[in-house]
Amino acid sequence: MIDLTENDQALLNGQGGDAVALAMRVLARSAALMGAERLLDITSAHIDGCLYHGQASLDFVERLVAGAGKVVVPTTLNVGSLDLIHPELFRGDAAVKAQAQRLMQAHLELGCESTFTCAPYQSHHRPRLGQQIAWAESNAIVFANSVLGARTNRYGDFMDLCAALTGRAPACGLHLAENRLGQVLFELQDFPADLAGRDIWFAALGLFAGKQVGTLIPVFSGLPLDSSEDELKALGAACASTGAVGMFHAVGITPEAPTLSDALGCRAPLQTVAISRAQLQRMRAALSRARPGDRLAAVSVGTPHFSLSEFEQLLALLAEEEAGPRIDFYVNTSRFILWQLEQCGQAQALRSRGITIVTDTCTYITPVMKQTRGLIMTNSGKWAHYAPGNIGVEVAFGSLRECVQSAVRGEVVLDAG
Amino acid sequence: MQADVAGTSWPAQAIVAGRGHGQALLLTEALSFWGGYDAVRGCVVESGHPQYGARLAGRVMLMERAKGSSSSSSVLAEAIRNGTGPAAIVMRERDLIVGLGCIVASELYGLHVPVVVVCEATWQALIGLGSAESSALHIHATLPGDCLIRVSPYSAHNGPSTTGASI
Repeated sequence: MIDLTENDQALLNGQGGDAVALAMRVLARSAALMGAERLLDITSAHIDGCLYHGQASLDFVERLVAGAGKVVVPTTLNVGSLDLIHPELFRGDAAVKAQAQRLMQAHLELGCESTFTCAPYQSHHRPRLGQQIAWAESNAIVFANSVLGARTNRYGDFMDLCAALTGRAPACGLHLAENRLGQVLFELQDFPADLAGRDIWFAALGLFAGKQVGTLIPVFSGLPLDSSEDELKALGAACASTGAVGMFHAVGITPEAPTLSDALGCRAPLQTVAISRAQLQRMRAALSRARPGDRLAAVSVGTPHFSLSEFEQLLALLAEEEAGPRIDFYVNTSRFILWQLEQCGQAQALRSRGITIVTDTCTYITPVMKQTRGLIMTNSGKWAHYAPGNIGVEVAFGSLRECVQSAVRGEVVLDAG
Repeated sequence: MQADVAGTSWPAQAIVAGRGHGQALLLTEALSFWGGYDAVRGCVVESGHPQYGARLAGRVMLMERAKGSSSSSSVLAEAIRNGTGPAAIVMRERDLIVGLGCIVASELYGLHVPVVVVCEATWQALIGLGSAESSALHIHATLPGDCLIRVSPYSAHNGPSTTGASI
């Protein structure tokens, strides 16, 4: 059974109020479920409870608000179902809109910060190497563990908030060094080096690897040593869409994998998978039935939320075109990135080129897009994986460059080869 | 068929306490409830999933392991609240996201959907029953500890598939 400290026990017994008692009860039950022997202190939380998935999500938070709960560590919020800055974009049911808005508001009443982003690591909240945190949202979890070297398990809704209200999390899984070693080795041969169209290969690789490894930790060797944070973000998000991946290592790139033997902890991998460039191309082709020349309804990028450097790439790609997009072109990002874009005049430049910037939420989880019939193009592996089920669209899968070129022509344009 | 297995029982490890029974429903691939299950209509909506369209209500869901987004806990809790969730869950691996959906539904609504983990031999035996329309699985999980998965002849009049009463 789990060994609770005196303070944990006091909170469980209601000495911190009803909300904290409920939070501690859920934590203790979850710790037992995970086989943890104790709880440990965390230094930050990222909450994925703001998406309205029905009454249960709201009931839980309202119970905590009613029990006078407050977060005790810095706590960021994941996307909600609404763009609170541009609420007019919401095209769904009014009752759902009201519930979704209340859900976001209730989280603020618990003391969470109004970040509303799936990429909290793109703001001032950057946990450091070795720090214990309790983060939710599959892409944020993978990024924090892999790229930053912070330590979190794959927290879900509810549990993240329980950790934030108590400052505690079960000591098990990826919180412990011995469980962070790589298990399945992917040896990449001849990975495409052309920077401009390279994003798509990270996404395609991620979708493939996630499906292969399930809950194991993949190690990638042979990725370009100049792989950017945006590319690693795309890789991790895609991995975590097709698999229960909480962490990966990229040899020579991520902090816990300076060498292959560091990544594997001097053990042999459970499995080694060699991936040639031709295989990568086949993986990518299998993800989209779209052919060059197919008519497009819209483009959506920014899943996970676009970074400032991705916006710069987008502006550069738009500048190469004589005309702006002929179809709707959506970019999901956080309100903090939008404010920065507005300060430097880039937001206006993007809007004048016909780009719709969506904040606080994402185009595949909520009715924002005007046109969801027909083919929609994205460079996001995660979007490509989930959007068909969520909002019933057909997906074309291409790099950011291909997305821009396609949007300008209103039809699918793919690079040769 | 199944007269031979009625009355049989298999060992399981209780992960989330609860009590539920129903015909087995095997998910042959991992399902992410978020994006993969419609908690209002009560069916699998992940495109390309082998059990696309399957309904979990009243069934004992067999899923080897979980996958996907951490929002699945909410969708599962909501499905349980709506009565579109499974009556009980059997897995090969402990999974926090699935377990948590059940824990929260039990804390908020007093609907105690059990989650248990089984060994390979039991898993194979249960899979063998997968198509057995005429038998039902019964799970009564208490923590901490082990429990049994019992098999009985299936009848549509077995009563509510998940108990809201004492566990």
